[in-house]
Amino acid sequence: MSTSDTAAPEARVPAWRRLAKDPQAVAAFAVLFVIFTLGLLAPLVTGHGPNESDLSAVNAPVGSPGHPLGADESGRDILARLLHSARTAAVSALIGTGVALAIGVTAGLVGGYFGRRVRFATEWLFNLVMTFPGVLLLIVLMPLTGGDYRATMLIFGVLLAPGLYRIVRNLVLGVKHELYVDAARVAGLGDARILRRHVLSVVRGPVIIAAAFMLGSSIAVQSGLAFLGVGSLEIPSFGAMISSGFRNLYIAPAQFLWPSLALGLTTASFVLLGNALRDALEGTGPKPLKIGSGQRVAVAPEDGDGEGALLEVRGLAIAYPAPNGSLKTVVEDVSLTVEKGQVLGLVGESGSGKTQTAFATLGVLPAEAVVTGGSIRFEGRELVGLDDHALSRLRGKEIAYIPQEPMSNLDPSYRVGAQLVEGVRAALPVSAREARQRVLALLERVGIADPKRCFDSYPHQISGGMAQRVLIAGAVASRPKLLIADEPTTALDVTVQAEILDLLRDLQSELGMAVLLVTHNFGVVADLCDRIAVMREGAIVESGDVRDVFREPRHPYTRMLLDSILDGSAVREDRPAAERSLT
Amino acid sequence: MSLLEVADLRVAFPGRGFRAAPVEVLHGVSLDVAEGETLGLVGESGSGKTTIGRAVLGLVAPASGSIRFDGRETTGLTRRARRGLAKDVQVVFQDPYTSLNPSLAVGDILSEPLIVQGAKTTEARSRVRSLLDQVGLPAGAAERLPREFSGGQRQRIAIARALATDPRLIVCDEPVSALDLSTQALVLDLLVDIQERTGVAYLFVSHDLAVIRRISHRVTVLYRGDLVETGPAAEVTSSPRHAYTRRLLLASPVADPEEQARRREARRRLTESSLEERVI
Amino acid sequence: MISYIAKRLGTGIVLALLVVFITFLLIGTMVEDVARTILGQSATPETTAALMAAKGWDRPVPVQYWDWLVAAVQGDFGQSVYTSLPVGPAVADRLAVTLSIIVPALLLTVVISVCLGVWSASRGGAADRIAQGLSLTGYVVPGLLLAIGLVVLLAVQLKWLPATGYTPLADDPVGWLRSITIPVVVLTIGGVANLTAQVRGRMIDELRKDYVRTLRTRGVSSTAIIVKHALRNAGSPALTVLSLEFIQMLGGALIIENVFALPGYGSYAFNAALQGDIPVILGITAFGVALVTVVNLATDLANGWLNPKARVQ
Repeated sequence: MSTSDTAAPEARVPAWRRLAKDPQAVAAFAVLFVIFTLGLLAPLVTGHGPNESDLSAVNAPVGSPGHPLGADESGRDILARLLHSARTAAVSALIGTGVALAIGVTAGLVGGYFGRRVRFATEWLFNLVMTFPGVLLLIVLMPLTGGDYRATMLIFGVLLAPGLYRIVRNLVLGVKHELYVDAARVAGLGDARILRRHVLSVVRGPVIIAAAFMLGSSIAVQSGLAFLGVGSLEIPSFGAMISSGFRNLYIAPAQFLWPSLALGLTTASFVLLGNALRDALEGTGPKPLKIGSGQRVAVAPEDGDGEGALLEVRGLAIAYPAPNGSLKTVVEDVSLTVEKGQVLGLVGESGSGKTQTAFATLGVLPAEAVVTGGSIRFEGRELVGLDDHALSRLRGKEIAYIPQEPMSNLDPSYRVGAQLVEGVRAALPVSAREARQRVLALLERVGIADPKRCFDSYPHQISGGMAQRVLIAGAVASRPKLLIADEPTTALDVTVQAEILDLLRDLQSELGMAVLLVTHNFGVVADLCDRIAVMREGAIVESGDVRDVFREPRHPYTRMLLDSILDGSAVREDRPAAERSLT
Repeated sequence: MSLLEVADLRVAFPGRGFRAAPVEVLHGVSLDVAEGETLGLVGESGSGKTTIGRAVLGLVAPASGSIRFDGRETTGLTRRARRGLAKDVQVVFQDPYTSLNPSLAVGDILSEPLIVQGAKTTEARSRVRSLLDQVGLPAGAAERLPREFSGGQRQRIAIARALATDPRLIVCDEPVSALDLSTQALVLDLLVDIQERTGVAYLFVSHDLAVIRRISHRVTVLYRGDLVETGPAAEVTSSPRHAYTRRLLLASPVADPEEQARRREARRRLTESSLEERVI
Repeated sequence: MISYIAKRLGTGIVLALLVVFITFLLIGTMVEDVARTILGQSATPETTAALMAAKGWDRPVPVQYWDWLVAAVQGDFGQSVYTSLPVGPAVADRLAVTLSIIVPALLLTVVISVCLGVWSASRGGAADRIAQGLSLTGYVVPGLLLAIGLVVLLAVQLKWLPATGYTPLADDPVGWLRSITIPVVVLTIGGVANLTAQVRGRMIDELRKDYVRTLRTRGVSSTAIIVKHALRNAGSPALTVLSLEFIQMLGGALIIENVFALPGYGSYAFNAALQGDIPVILGITAFGVALVTVVNLATDLANGWLNPKARVQ
């Protein structure tokens, strides 16, 4: 039960420890550590200066005495240049990323947190920066920077800032409307304190990730510019070395190899480190779904098509894979029967598995879910183990569905009418014209005052109640034998709920449909249902005729639920303190 | 004199898009809450009930009207002056999942309002222990993160935070509507219990008449930014005078098939007689 | 719709004018150096001042800007300080070369990324690993190394394609195709790496949305759901990435052009900047900003078409 005070403490592994266990992160970090430490210790590792040329060593091969990696076209020691280039790379990365962080994060916090006017200003400024192709601007401004790569990287940092600005601003805009920020304001915290305490903690992760990528791209850009010959020739850098190696490609290919390897390894390590950081700080992110392959089933379907009820679910079990690889059961042993034209209410609290049962019947469980046992028979035909193609011929035609949240269940990019017509044509062999007529008639039937206008509206142009009517119209379009309604009124206002319940009741008797109504609201069950099944923690604890169960619940859990209902009897009777003290 | 007096409150939000005209969501609402009293605010979406709560908390600036707490005007206060009020006016929000910062330990969440009021760390720590005890959570909860708790437990944490500074008024914005049925009753009982012990007043916002009836001494009904009626809870929720309240009452289904059938009939008659257009 | 286009275009023009003005301000700080560079050995304070007066560089920046603007509107972007050739036609020629690499690269990027992203998001498993691996490889290898590597392999070792140089399309279509192949491949690999990840991520988000489930319960086929519904909704964020990609390629083309010795926009900018050829720098800035403005406008329009909500706002 959700009220139990013994919450299972979730294993709390700090992000850095998860990172330390990720071989990709460890390898990338080790490579970077080695490269930059050697760069820092360059004078100790090699006796040569980066620009010290030894004419006797021009194009010396690898392994020459005194030049372990050889020397270049001017007789400069390649190892020494490589190590000093690592220094240049480190400085470039730090300047570029540092400037980007300072500008981007500050502007993002300010632009996201304060009012619209400040945001318009920052937005405009950063759009301006983003309008110009970055590398080109660095080139155009070359006379201004005087060829100093540090000045160039400073400007590059400014050019990187808009990317960070957008990340931070969007996060802050999201956090700003979180209730915990409101609560902090009510508690009297000042803006600076709210930003520090509540906002920065949210922004931190994504900023660290972005910074890792920026370190890599700063180095790549600096190398590219040095390759072109921008800036002082005195500064050793991977790009300058690649350029000189490129010129000497036919004479001494190894000269090209070393700096390319170093540059490739460095930038690749930053990218891989960034990816590993993302996994550690934000989780691996949603996995792709396998669309159109049917539900995963780990049970041999029962043989034979028996006669029987319209819908007969026996011993249904559904599980989800847990992070440790085992399966976690969410529905354990569900058996229920819906006769033709009957309305069954499936009731339970959140997490009881009622929606999972409904999805399994429709064959639309999420791709990770596995049906681990039981059978679902519709008109005697086994549905467990059917592929998506076979199921999709039943769906929309024989079995239909009404969702809970009306708005998110309509595609925002298509007009309401077009979506309904598409559904009708998928389920029934009718022409586009016929489908349109049918949809217009349905819209009128579900109580929409101006069906033509609704037909031509986009989902964001209609109200929640109207959207739910549209979805009902879509569900009953093909006169299904079974309607599965998942909390169809929970997202609606009470007065709208009453009207939708009326509509469902009328349609049910008019079409003679059976309905499987999933809800947590006993009032809705009392209003609409013939039978009731009560679910708790993945299993049905009690089922029976609605009147019987309401009057005489047998299972203690049902009794507890019915007792928790706040009814007309529960009026507060004690008087407020102020009045009592007066009397 | 009442603890909270709201008079002719109007609130408008900026319209969508650049230079669009502001949209008024409250058209002059007046109400008051006495010391130790619960005033229930009930209405449907778009009624402005949440906006009233947010205006009282200073999260929304009124276009006009006055909000007086303990005789003192609170609209147009500076941030600094508002901070003085923070000790006396607190809040419990609807969604226990987003009203607690997921990256702060419960102890830090609870001591936040205390530290703003200038409490020392050791004082705050012992206060946190007693707060957790008041809402029925173990003392060890202080070191844990919000995500380690269930919805009902999180709402208890939010209530503890609201109680931290010994406030005289708590604005409760749909505090139980995100909770399961069995948890709802427990949290409402806790709120009543706290009121009995501390004499705090509640401005209790909800869309659910049954919840409102259980917790309120008096009830105010709102419809599209206007006050419909105010009165003692028992009266308003069982024999309402206004047609809208009647409709609201009859629309919420009861968990009794026979009684619900009767209500349905009564509602049908009401809609037919009052030729009002549908709400949708 | 027309007012929407007009508004966007107006914002773009204001932005473009401002960027050019900022360039003026920046260049204004270095005109003296430039004048001295042009004069070379004969630079004395007197000759420098005379040259600056002759070029009009001694006037206040706003005045210079205004004159430039008036001439530019009539299609006159001035002449190169060094070659005395008109800037406008020169930049246009160079831009044509660059665009003939970028546009094919962009088209290829879109086609490959959409196919790869959709495939990986809707199939999962091995397909997803392959697509992700490809995308990561493109990310990890710097474009510079990729360009050189391909030249060494395809041109120097295998001799399949020319290593450097550009053949205009009008002269020899096959030669043109051969001369742009490696540069286009290099730009495309970088672009695909970026865009595939975007398309994949957006498609995964879209396919998990409620409306997808509801469409499935109505019996709509998986292909229709993926292509008609999910891809369209995933399209508008991916489009924004694509427009940024274009801007990035315009800058990235510089290095590519240098490696392949292509007479493009980037290398023109590079030389002008090295020499301090002020009229050319200004012309390049103006054309670049105009191009970016047009691309941004096109992106906004396409977004409006894809996303009805954006159209209203």
